Formats: sequence, structure tokens, C-alpha cells
Amino acid sequence: MIWFVLRRAGSALIVMFVASVLIFLGIRALPGDPAVVMAGEEATPAVVAAIREEYGLDRPLPAQYVTYVGQTLTGNLGRSTQDGLPVSEILLQRLPVTLELAALAMLVAIVIGVLAGIIAAVRRGRLPDYLATGFGLAGLSIPHFWLGLLGILLFAVTLRWLPASGYVPFSEDPGGNLLRMLMPSLVLGAGFAAVLMRQTRSAMLGALSSDYVRTARSKGLPESAVVGVHALRNSLTTVVTVLGLQLGALISGAVVTEQIFVIPGFGKLTVDAVLTRNYPVIQAVVLVTVAGYVLVNLLVDIAYAFLNPRVRLSGGTDG
Amino acid sequence: MAELGVKETVAPVVSSGRADRRRRLWRRFRRRPLPMVGLVLVVAFLLLALVGPLVTPDPSLQDYNATLAPPSPAHPLGADDLGRDVLARIASGAQISLQAGVLSTLLAMVIGIPIGLVAGYYRRWLDPVVMRMVDVVLAFPFLVFAVGLAAIIGPSLRGVVFALGFAQLPAVIRITRGEVLAVREMDYVMAAVADGAGDGHILFRYILPNCANPLIVQATVAIPTAIIGEATLSFLGLGVQPPTPSWGVMLTIAQQYLDQAPWLAIWPGVMIALATLGFNLLGDGLRDVFDPRSAR
Amino acid sequence: MTLLEIKDLTVGFDTEDGLVHAVRGVSLDLAEGEILALCGESGCGKSVTGMSIPRLLPPDSTRLSGSIRLDGRELTGLPEAELRRVRGKDVSVVFQEPMTSLNPSFTVGYQIGEVLRRHEKLSWKAARARAVDLLRLVGIPAPERRINEYPHQLSGGMRQRVVIAIAVACSPRVLIADEPTTALDVTIQAGVLDVFRDLRDRLGTAIILITHDLGVVADIADRAVVMYAGRAVEQAPVGELFARPRHPYTLGLMKALPTAAAAGADGRLRLAEIPGMLPSSLSDPAACLFHDRCPRAKDDCVTAVPELAASGPGHLAACFYPLEDGSR
Repeated sequence: MIWFVLRRAGSALIVMFVASVLIFLGIRALPGDPAVVMAGEEATPAVVAAIREEYGLDRPLPAQYVTYVGQTLTGNLGRSTQDGLPVSEILLQRLPVTLELAALAMLVAIVIGVLAGIIAAVRRGRLPDYLATGFGLAGLSIPHFWLGLLGILLFAVTLRWLPASGYVPFSEDPGGNLLRMLMPSLVLGAGFAAVLMRQTRSAMLGALSSDYVRTARSKGLPESAVVGVHALRNSLTTVVTVLGLQLGALISGAVVTEQIFVIPGFGKLTVDAVLTRNYPVIQAVVLVTVAGYVLVNLLVDIAYAFLNPRVRLSGGTDG
Repeated sequence: MAELGVKETVAPVVSSGRADRRRRLWRRFRRRPLPMVGLVLVVAFLLLALVGPLVTPDPSLQDYNATLAPPSPAHPLGADDLGRDVLARIASGAQISLQAGVLSTLLAMVIGIPIGLVAGYYRRWLDPVVMRMVDVVLAFPFLVFAVGLAAIIGPSLRGVVFALGFAQLPAVIRITRGEVLAVREMDYVMAAVADGAGDGHILFRYILPNCANPLIVQATVAIPTAIIGEATLSFLGLGVQPPTPSWGVMLTIAQQYLDQAPWLAIWPGVMIALATLGFNLLGDGLRDVFDPRSAR
Repeated sequence: MTLLEIKDLTVGFDTEDGLVHAVRGVSLDLAEGEILALCGESGCGKSVTGMSIPRLLPPDSTRLSGSIRLDGRELTGLPEAELRRVRGKDVSVVFQEPMTSLNPSFTVGYQIGEVLRRHEKLSWKAARARAVDLLRLVGIPAPERRINEYPHQLSGGMRQRVVIAIAVACSPRVLIADEPTTALDVTIQAGVLDVFRDLRDRLGTAIILITHDLGVVADIADRAVVMYAGRAVEQAPVGELFARPRHPYTLGLMKALPTAAAAGADGRLRLAEIPGMLPSSLSDPAACLFHDRCPRAKDDCVTAVPELAASGPGHLAACFYPLEDGSR
């Protein structure tokens, strides 16, 4: 188990290394002087010179990379070209907003998706299965942002039940925060619920037709134990895997959702940064996104290993 | 574990009797109602994209008397904030969607199939390297590519196609490689090897035809993903730029007029959903037909 | 004394192609402590017959009629909840595939303990202690250690012993073993068969052994029922059956069996195969279903169903033209 974790952590580090090189080279591949790029187009020559000095931009690339990694690891991610604030400070302010949104959406997705998937599998070929399958297809086919627009149109513009947009920090007004996060997290969660539903259903159908479930039935166990213990336990590995695979999509989805509901999170920061060519911020958000993604994937792998005794006890199968 | 959703179909296809086989598959396909609905939706989408722009008015023609006009005989789906005909823009938007979907998928196939073939065939030394690279690509969320590309080459359809194509590269490589590994162990391939057939002959005559079915299924997954991806990026301003009438761009405009002209937000979304639904239904159907064991 | 009595059991399955006739009116009985073999080639309905007893068949597509009485109690009409009290307690099952019959995510101890908790209302601790005893009973060495292991840590033979331990945990009246040794190496097969014999002797469990392997039948069974295309075509005590097969199909099966007796004059083994194939399970004609493969078939074999009729002590055969003594 320890070897398994170490090996996975090692490959995560390799991915991070490759990613950091790509990001590093990406900024330098832009046309023009990298110092101007990093300082912003309206920066004074003095600022540009200071940036060139700070990042050693007149030195060879490998030396620049070492400087870049060193600064990144000490939390120096540069300054935003828009307002001159340290990028690290901006990130610390924006990240919790997105984490809340992602966590709520994940909760929605797991509760709806896993439950619907189990029910659909158990009631296969009956009405609940058709409803869940229809929901799954709709969830796959309807883009988040359109669902968000429809939500605003219905609940904010027409019915006036919920605010159309805006954000209040949880610490200031918990009720207001949750009220404003309700629609965004439902919208973001619905698509993932659909994916999770389809995978859970398929995994449960496989488990329910397996020999070990037949054995469980032959023991005279009640159906709740057959489904809830024997079949579900083996389907959980699939659910965890799908959750891991969907993380990238969750990040993408959060970006879009924040844009529609005007939530000042990490995703809105990303889009705004690209649209204003704020390269220090772009560089940082890409790096942080990849790091977060790699980290969560590592955790998913470890969770997967815990759920699967074959991996847990033998030190891992190679996928 | 990451091979989820990639069904290994090992049924060998040899050219003799292939027509028979196709006919049998078609019969199996036709019996199911949902995939047929999908096929109809996909054909309708193709017609809209290919023929629609020819029969509708100029999508950038501005009719100042019709700004934000509701649906009427002159503008069957209404007109937008600049008085442009929504139906015409929907048709042009279909063309953009189709381009994004098909071009990105083609891009991924053109690059991915040779890599997958070679990696699977020359297993010993090339395969581990390629698969590690695939892992690295998989570790990047799609939007990171898109953001990076938009930052470097500027927001455009080209950037969207590259980002979407790159994002589905790992799936194509994995599928092709998986088929190669499965097929090269089959008796008739072994026999061909024993007869002294060259690598190229084996790859193109035996292995590539077997990759066709899973790759077709993959395309039916990739195209709708790309359609949604294009719309999303364009909606965010990171993709196709106005005044080009992408469905995503149309929704960006619609968002500003939700209370005055809600229909502007309806049509493009309905189109995205129907086109995507069509490909998804078609893909589910093809998967069942090609690989009956996975039909659950 | 008769423990289990099956009368005119008919089982069909609804499929896309129509109703599949899996079992066509089978009657048999099982005495306490008896080992009865159900034999025949794959698709003859022997497994479906066995699984009909605890009703472990897909509920939506199965059409079942006839009577199954355990100790005089009718099982066929029993509601699912009642039947669950029978499964694992009065009637339990050992399946063919030891590699997949155990849940990979739970320890051996959990999977044995579960059935004891369900039917005997034992605590986890007591169930665990009993599970250790059961593992010892089925011949697993170091049961205290094995009980904490997962199925993938055990060999195929070990797993099959665990499956048997689960099946006999509550001392069932009837144990249905569906091809219990087919997936195992020959050397391990004998050991597993010994476990069955031992259980019958110690616990008095009656066993229905479903197998296509006549070697296994000869080795362990007291009596055998030969099935063909969903019908019981012959039944007899094992010694009698092998000595005087009456149905041409039974004889065909025996000729396909590699034994010293089948060796030809040159000392080489010749295995005979029965020409032709199983009739379609989609139709249910009023005919002997073996007629088109039978060397003795005459016109009436095509127009009427031969009933099981006595042709010796405890010996029944369903054939209009049964084999005579010494005709093999």
C-alpha cells in the first residue's frame, strides 16, 4: 500500500514537472518581450525593467526556469497587471469561493447521481429506469451554461424566487450565501449527476448480474443487503473512478457557472485574465488548476485502492 | 482504470462477408427506437449545417426595425439586438458547430491513430513512453488547454479546434492501441505473420479495419462533446468571436436580454441540446450493435 | 423417506425470440441423506431444474409451473420473503465458478458469517467462531488466518471450499451443487467431492449434484437422473444405470466417456460422439426430442412423447424402444 501511494505520488510529481515546463515555455512562446508580457502592455519601462530583473529574463532558459520554480514554491506568483496586487493574494481570495461551489455541486451530483443510478439498475426496464435514463441523456446533452440561463430565466426573471446572480461570503451571511449558491450548484451538479447516474447504473447492472450477487441471493439475504451491501460495494470503485475522471470537467464547469451567475471565484478570474491578457494571473491559474487536478486525482487513486482489496493488499495493479 | 467507457470489441472483421456483417448490424440497429431518433436528429443537424445557410438570409444583415423582435413571419425565430435574423444565425451556427465537432475529431484521429497503432505494435520500447505521455495529457483539464491556447494564439475557432482535438487525443490513442493489442494476438494475424506478411500489411490489412467500430463509437462521443465545448468556449469569449454567429456567441448576447427577449436564449440552447442528444443516442445505439455484450 | 418431491416441473423463459422451453415436465424425488446426480449435456435443463428449487431464476422472465415440495411444504407458490428464509437455511447452493462466486470486496469470514447472522441470528463474534469451524470442516488449513483473507488470496479449490462452507453453514436439508468441480483441476476435484461425501455422512445433508461428468456421477452419486432437452429421460441407482442403461441417449453419453472399457482391440481409446445436435428450445413438439439423433427411432417417436416407465428395480426410462440387457 505504501509503495502504491509512493509510486502514484511519484508519477504525480512527474506530471507537475512537465506541466510547469509547459506553462513556463508557454508564456515565453508569446510574441514580444516576455518582460513586457509579464508586466502588462501599459507598464512603465521602469516596471518592465524591474520584472526583467526579478525573473532574470535576460538569462538562459534553464536558469529562468529554476528562478521560476523557486519563486513559485515560495508563493511568489507575480503581480496582476490589472491592479498590481500579488497574484497569490488574489488566488487565496478567489479559491474558497470556487471550492464551495465545486463541493456543493459534487454533493448534488453524488446524492442525485448515485441514488438515481442504483434505482435505475434495480428497477431495470421499468418506469424509474426510463426516467433516470432520460435524465441521464438530458444531462449529457444540455450544456451547463444554457441550463444556467434557463434557471435564471425561470426562477429569477419569471418567478422571482431566487436572485439571478451575485455572491455573499458565507462568513458574512450564511443564509444569503447558500441562497445565492443554490442555483449555481444545482446547475453545475446536474450535469455530473447525469454522468454519475449512467456509470453507477451500468456498474450496478454488472454487479447485479454477477456470480457473487447470485451467491448472496442464494444465502437468503434480504434484497436490501444484496443490493446495498454486495452490489453497491463493488460498484463504488467505479463511482470513485468516474468522480476522478470528471474533475477536469468539474473545473471547466465551475468556470462557466461562475461566469453566468457572476460569482467572483477562480473560474471568473481565469476568464477575465484571458480576456484582459493578464499573463501573470493566467500562468498562475493554469498552474494551480493542474496542481489541484493532479492532487485530487492522486487522492482518488488512493481512495480507489482502499476500496479494492486486490490493490490494497498487493501493492497495486498497474492500470 | 482510465479505460472506462472504452469497450474492447474484439470481433474480427475480415473483408470477406463484411457487407453481410454491415447488413446484419443495420438490422440490429433499426430495431431500436432511440438510436433511430438519434440518427434522425443527426441527419437533421447535418442538413441544417450544410443546406441551411444556403436558403436563409445573410446572418449578419441588420434589420433596424426588428431589433429584439419576437418570432414573426418575417423572422420565424425572432431577431436579435441588432435586428439580425435568428433563424439564419442558427443555421450558420450549426455550420460552426459542425466544423468544431468534425475538425477536432479528425485532428485527434489523424494524430492519434498512427500513434496508437505504432505504440501497440512496437510494444516493447515505444509503448511505455507513449502511455506515460497520454497520462500527462489526461492530467490536464480540457479548459486549461483552451485557456492556454486562447492566451497564446488568441480566441478563435482554430484555437477551439486545437484544444478540443488535443483533449480527445488520449482516448483515440488508447482505443487504437487496445485494438492492436487484442487483434495482434488473434490466430489469423499470427498466421499472416508466420506467412511472412510485412508489418505494414498487417497493420493496414488486419489491424486498422478492426479499429473502425470502436473509433466510430468514439467519434459519436467526441463530436457532441466538441459541440458543447465550442459553444461553451465561445460563450465565455474564449472561442469564436462575434460577429460570427456561433450558438455560444448567440447565448452570450441572449444573456444580456433575458428579461426583454427570452426567446433569444431558447433557440441556440435547444439546438445544442438536440444536436448533442442526437449524437449521444446514435452512439449508444452503435455501441450496443457493435458490442452486444455491453448492451445493458 | 422422501425429503424433496418435484412433480411435473416446467420452466420457460421469455426472450426476444419467444418462449424458451428449458424444463419440460420433470418429476423426481430426493431422500434424506441421498446424493442424486442430475446429468446431461449443457442446455439440457439440469441447472435450471436445480435453481428452480430455491427459485434463483430471473423473476421477470421466468415462467414456472409444477410442484416442488420440501418436507411436504410447497415452495412454488411461496412469496419471495418466505422463500428467503428457505434459501441458505433449508436449501443452499454451491455454484460452478469458484473464481467469481465470492464477493471480491469482503473477507471470507464476513461472507460466511453473514449467512449465520441472517438465519441463526448469531452475533458477529459467534458467527466468526462458527466460520472458523466451518472452514475446518471443509478442509481448509489454518482457518483462523484464512478467515481474514479476501477471495483473491485463495486458490480456486480453496474458494470452492469456502463456497461450500457458506452453503452448509446453517446445516441445510438440501444442498444443490451446480457443476461444483468443473472449473477445478482434476487433482482438486477429488478433494472437493470428498468434502461433499463427508458432509452427507456427518450432517445428513441430501445433495443434488448437477454435472455433465459421468465420472463424477459414478464416483459419488447414489442415484442419477439423465436429462435431455429439458426432459428426464432415464433415472436409476448409479450401479444399475451404468450396468444396464435403457435409454439410447444414456448409452450415447457413456460411450462418449473415456474409460478402459471403451478401449478398442488395439488398446487405443475411441470416444464416440452422438451425431446431430440438441433440438430447438423454442418449440415444444409432442415427440421424443431425441428421435432425430436416435439409431432406434421409429415413426411413433415423432408423434408421441414417451413417458418414464419402469424397466428394472428403481429404474425408469422414457423410451418406446429401450435397450435390452446386454445390448451395449
